[in-house]
Amino acid sequence: MKGKNFLYSQKVAPYVFVMPFIASFIVFWIYPLITAFTMSFQDIGAIKTEWIGFDNYTKLLKDKVFMIAVANSAKYMFYTLLLLIPFPMLFAVLMDSNIVKAKGVWKAILYMPALTSVVISGTLFRLMFSEYKTGQMNVISEALGFGTYKWLKNGWSGMLALLVLCCWRWTGVNMLYFISGLKGIDASLYEAADIDGASPWQKFWYVTLPLLKPTTIYVLTISVYAGLAMFLESYMLWAGNSSPNNIGLTIVGYLYKRGIEKNNMGYACAVGVVLLVVALIINFAQLILNGTFKKEED
Amino acid sequence: MSNNTHQNLSHTPKHIICSILGTGFFVVLCGIISFPVIAGLLASFRPGTELIRKGLALDLDPTTMTLANYKYLFGGNQDSKKYFMWYKNSLLITVLSVVLTLLICYFVAYGLTMYNFKLQNLLFTLVIATMMVPFEILMLPMYKEIIALGLIDTYVGVIITGLCSASTIFFFRQYMTGLPKELLSAARIDGANEYYISVKIIMPLVKPAFASMGILCAMGSWNAILWPLLVLKGAEKFTLPIGLNTLLTPYGNNYDVLIAGSMFGILPIFIIFLVFQKYIIDGMTAGAVKG
Repeated sequence: MKGKNFLYSQKVAPYVFVMPFIASFIVFWIYPLITAFTMSFQDIGAIKTEWIGFDNYTKLLKDKVFMIAVANSAKYMFYTLLLLIPFPMLFAVLMDSNIVKAKGVWKAILYMPALTSVVISGTLFRLMFSEYKTGQMNVISEALGFGTYKWLKNGWSGMLALLVLCCWRWTGVNMLYFISGLKGIDASLYEAADIDGASPWQKFWYVTLPLLKPTTIYVLTISVYAGLAMFLESYMLWAGNSSPNNIGLTIVGYLYKRGIEKNNMGYACAVGVVLLVVALIINFAQLILNGTFKKEED
Repeated sequence: MSNNTHQNLSHTPKHIICSILGTGFFVVLCGIISFPVIAGLLASFRPGTELIRKGLALDLDPTTMTLANYKYLFGGNQDSKKYFMWYKNSLLITVLSVVLTLLICYFVAYGLTMYNFKLQNLLFTLVIATMMVPFEILMLPMYKEIIALGLIDTYVGVIITGLCSASTIFFFRQYMTGLPKELLSAARIDGANEYYISVKIIMPLVKPAFASMGILCAMGSWNAILWPLLVLKGAEKFTLPIGLNTLLTPYGNNYDVLIAGSMFGILPIFIIFLVFQKYIIDGMTAGAVKG
């Protein structure tokens, strides 16, 4: 009975509750994270594993394909930020105003793409961007008099396809984030602005935008992460992890190619560590912008 | 929000025109957004060979439509058996991981929120820290780990790594911080023990959070690709997305099954969404508002 009383005491109970997290944290977070670092300094063969110091990293810096992957991921991230923050924000402001009817229907339809698996949406978009006359993009471009184009075989149009797929999937989701941010803004601020004779544009610029900042920063962070770590969209759009001239190769795609397809785990882990460092730098920059550290000082 | 202040304006011609323009904008936007799915749905009623020839052309002519793809999909043949095996696997994995994730994350969040103990702040910081590292970086070491643990090609291997989901713990904690702590002391005076309180008294109060997180977990699990793709090796264990992906061979001509199967695969998640829409939006936006 003594053991039972011990487990039932108010001092011990919280530790029992959080035990699964501690276990999972050690086994599925801290251990793989450390292993990712140590493996990045190793040459991992089928039979023996050798420590090779910074060799993987020096090789990585000279690796032209890796640079293509980094450039693609960076470009993709940059454009998604450019497209998936201002437009969803404007849509949210419009949706939140009193001039739109049947809001529930539009919200549901705009959220729908996020429900479909990348396997399905990637397949649909591959068909739409196909190089045959029948692909939607070629139908449009023929109607405009440009003739057919090999969309998924050229750099700029491959990136366009990735961005269209990304915007299709995430516009509605980001819009919902902004709508919930707008709901948190005190209506009396708009009334005060009305009394002062502010124009709708002034109300947006001086009331909505500053008060939407926490939401914007949240959306920014998840977009940075999603942009840098994008892989499956490209994997599905090109039906496998290889695209002509690597136009669709991303950092994670290269990690997957090296680690899983070519079984060069050490090198792939070095790719992962580089990605981690970039992600953390951006994340800390965001936390500083957000004023998270300031709050603790006060 | 501003409905009251603008009520006097709501029938002026200017407002009616704005209303038509504003609503019209979303009609057009939704038309564009829903196009791929509608086109895919229409294509699923045509032979797969036509899909390759015609792409996703919007051909509304009902005389050329056929139920052949769906008849084939439900026909009990080789492909149909495979498809429903994947469907069943996906359902099993989704149900298991949702139930286990919710229970585990609820209790962890309960421990982190309802007590004051030494490691509390440290542990909560660690929960946040796990959210800051993209999964893709841990993927390869975790893959090796799963092999070493002998969990490769098992459902346990697919599910186990995601059971302690930081965002789910975070959401439960957000939700529970709003509950009065007096509930606990009152229950203790009545002689209830700690575990009884967590299950019988607090859990019923957190039901909406269970609904929100359950749906988001279900969506994530049903559509998961990357991790199951690594862990599952045998075709008889594949989940639906992985299985559908194997139909995309350069040699095979399985577009009939692929397109019909894809559309039928969206169905469960779509129904869940329509029924529980409110909870999804609550759960999804919890992090965005509080930051």
